[in-house]
Amino acid sequence: MTAPVDAGEVRRLTRELLASHPPATTDRTGFLKARFDAGLAWVHYPAGLGGLDAPRTLQQIVDTELADAGAPDNDPRRIGIGLGMAAPTILRYGTDEQKRRFLRPLWVGEEVWCQLFSEPGAGSDLAALGTRAVRDAGGEWVVDGQKVWTSSAHVARWAILIARTDPDLPKHRGISYFICDMADPGVEVRPLRQITGEAEFNEVFLTGVRIPDSRRLGPVGDGWKVAQTTLMNERVSIGGARIPREGGMIGTAARTWRGRPELRTHDLHQRLLTLWVEAEVARLSGERLRQQLMAGQPGPEGSAMKLAFARLNQQISGLEVELLGDEGLLYSDWTMSRPELVDFTGRDAGYRYLRSKGNSIEGGTTEVLLNIVAERVLGLPSEPRNDKDIAWKDLSR
Amino acid sequence: MTELTAQPGQDEPAPMPDLLYSEAEEDLRAAVRALLADRADAPGVIARVESGTPYDPRLWKALAADIGAAGLLVPEKLGGQGATYREAAVVLEELGRSVAPVPYLTSSVVATETLLALAARDGAVVELLGELAAGRRTAALAVPFSAPAADEAQPASAVTGRLEGTITGVADAATADVLLVPTTDGLYAVETAADGVTVEPLVALDLTRPLATVVLHGAAGVLIADASSAVPAVRRGLLVGAGLLASEQLGIAEWCLTETVRYTRERRQFNRPVGSFQALKHRMAQLWLEIVSARAAARHAAGRLAADGPEALLAVAVAQAYCSGVAVHAAEECVQLHGGIGMTWEHPAHLYLKRAKADSIAYGTAGRHREVIAELVDLPAP
Ligand SMILES: Cc1cc2nc3c(=O)[nH]c(=O)nc-3n(C[C@H](O)[C@H](O)[C@H](O)COP(=O)(O)OP(=O)(O)OC[C@H]3O[C@@H](n4cnc5c(N)ncnc54)[C@H](O)[C@@H]3O)c2cc1C
Repeated sequence: MTAPVDAGEVRRLTRELLASHPPATTDRTGFLKARFDAGLAWVHYPAGLGGLDAPRTLQQIVDTELADAGAPDNDPRRIGIGLGMAAPTILRYGTDEQKRRFLRPLWVGEEVWCQLFSEPGAGSDLAALGTRAVRDAGGEWVVDGQKVWTSSAHVARWAILIARTDPDLPKHRGISYFICDMADPGVEVRPLRQITGEAEFNEVFLTGVRIPDSRRLGPVGDGWKVAQTTLMNERVSIGGARIPREGGMIGTAARTWRGRPELRTHDLHQRLLTLWVEAEVARLSGERLRQQLMAGQPGPEGSAMKLAFARLNQQISGLEVELLGDEGLLYSDWTMSRPELVDFTGRDAGYRYLRSKGNSIEGGTTEVLLNIVAERVLGLPSEPRNDKDIAWKDLSR
Repeated sequence: MTELTAQPGQDEPAPMPDLLYSEAEEDLRAAVRALLADRADAPGVIARVESGTPYDPRLWKALAADIGAAGLLVPEKLGGQGATYREAAVVLEELGRSVAPVPYLTSSVVATETLLALAARDGAVVELLGELAAGRRTAALAVPFSAPAADEAQPASAVTGRLEGTITGVADAATADVLLVPTTDGLYAVETAADGVTVEPLVALDLTRPLATVVLHGAAGVLIADASSAVPAVRRGLLVGAGLLASEQLGIAEWCLTETVRYTRERRQFNRPVGSFQALKHRMAQLWLEIVSARAAARHAAGRLAADGPEALLAVAVAQAYCSGVAVHAAEECVQLHGGIGMTWEHPAHLYLKRAKADSIAYGTAGRHREVIAELVDLPAP
């Protein structure tokens, strides 16, 4: 048996990587591939899959050493869905072959992922989805249906997809989980222009899309359980990084306040201070969550963070627009564009105000997350349901 | 836009304190909780406050001396436990959860910290500290309970060899053995039993923390610090009081939410538990979020108090600006979601509402603490 990987070993491997691939002279992708192969991508992943089977807490050492050395990172924002949702699901439910095929290009950023979950008729009630996957004689799955609000579908190479494989079962039981090839000719991506003027998400039409059975994740009919892993990771993916004081949107608002004394009013001052306190407290809660994770005691506080930041972002950006007065009446540019990622701080206050409205909808609405907190954390009774034991096909839609 | 003048935007100079609870702290919590469950359950507290003498000397002895809570902040060589603010904060969480009427915050935290800040090595101060740490006597700082540390510690009475003056709204003065009286001359220790000292109990909003007016009329005292060391010492006592009060507020909020969840799970209307109605579930989930945040803010303040600098000032101001509102909100929701029973004298919810509301004024209101923040992080008023 080999000794478990400890901090010293992680540090040694990191320095070895830096020595063999000096960031100054290595190209970005080359460096990231070498980092993956050295097991320093996500140290808690298995050896051979970008990790070292080491405690998750040791990742910090890698990240700090590499940042200090000016090494390129894999731009987690650009590959957020792959990193935060597809990867943990593949790791847990994927076959060895799937893991080997998908994890490396995902982490390196060569392949971007998107999430084909929501449908026009199934949002919060995701398990009501109607996209069909039917197995043909050759064992391949043929998928037909429509997905919506699909972020990054226009740049994605792969998608995680849930589809109905048995409409005769109650809705949670007839779903299966697939990896969908976005280059398949049956996949059509149409930009969906949003509140900010740009098209960050899409409608995705699936027409006779053929998916080999080797790209199914988990057993047939067990897709809802697999999707739980994805959704849990979606909500928890926040909280890893340390945020400095005034690190989020409050920093922009505070800088405007400091730099533009002519805009100040007493009413805005009171509101700014209240939000400043709330942002600082949210940051401290994030820090406490991080300390809990490091101590190996993950708690339900992750969903608290998502809820808190959604509200804060909306209130702070709203205040900022007001503070700017005449300038707040203007908007940078309504031209339709197709961004690769959401950039909150590089844009103007009007954009922040509008885009942050999505923070309480994407990844589960605030209302749905509050239900989850109430039932799973506080143990309050669920509301009476009338959809549990009825076949999906007999539900009213 | 100009560049920042303060340090916000970067991480604090000192490392982030541990915001979790240690095993030793959990042990201390368990001991305090067990004691309070035994000696200060809700019906007992209600019966006591009605008797006019809420203070229970047996409970105090068990908490202060047997568990050793009174001496947590006092170094071992002065007769205390030599623990940190974090342990004292855990005691306050439990005291908030039970609204037990004990002079812990006023004597073991504020008065004790004021004396400690004098950094005396021997004499009357050290002797008194030993007595307070052992729980044999209690002391109260003779300033109004509402006084924030950020105010210049205003001498409440003048001196001409003997003390003269009236100080209103002093918390726990009626049960204190000794009053620490700030004057223009410096800080005096005055025995409450001495000639010329009258402590007149007031009818307080919070039944569980008695207030009194202290009238000094030619009272004799011992000068324990001159004005130049008294002012920062009093300020330090009040700062630590405000910082650890956040933990009491956290405890209040936690009790209120726990009880409300318990009650609404059982209480049935419209043929289902009222706790299954989403309008109520969301309100309770919202309180949970606030409590998660309040815990981080309160732990942070307790962790930062160990250092005396701008980081401690800011951490305390943030904790107070946040936690007092959470405690009041939780207590108000507790009354509302209990319906009629929440309005009764018999149900303990009112004790928590009264304590929470009084605490929101104690050691400075949230608004006052926000003013402090505005100064510390350079967000000036128009
Ligand atoms: C910017 C953005 C990006 C997104 N990206 C993706 C993506 O990449 N992939 C993907 O699959 N999806 C994506 N989504 C979809 C997102 O997950 C859904 O919009 C969300 O789950 C809500 O579903 P819905 O839009 O159908 O609203 P609905 O479910 O119809 O909700 C309407 C309203 O009813 C409320 N509501 C619904 N059910 C309940 C309930 N039980 N109790 C109380 N209130 C309730 C909701 O909170 C909301 O206010 C994205 C959404 C946004 C805004």
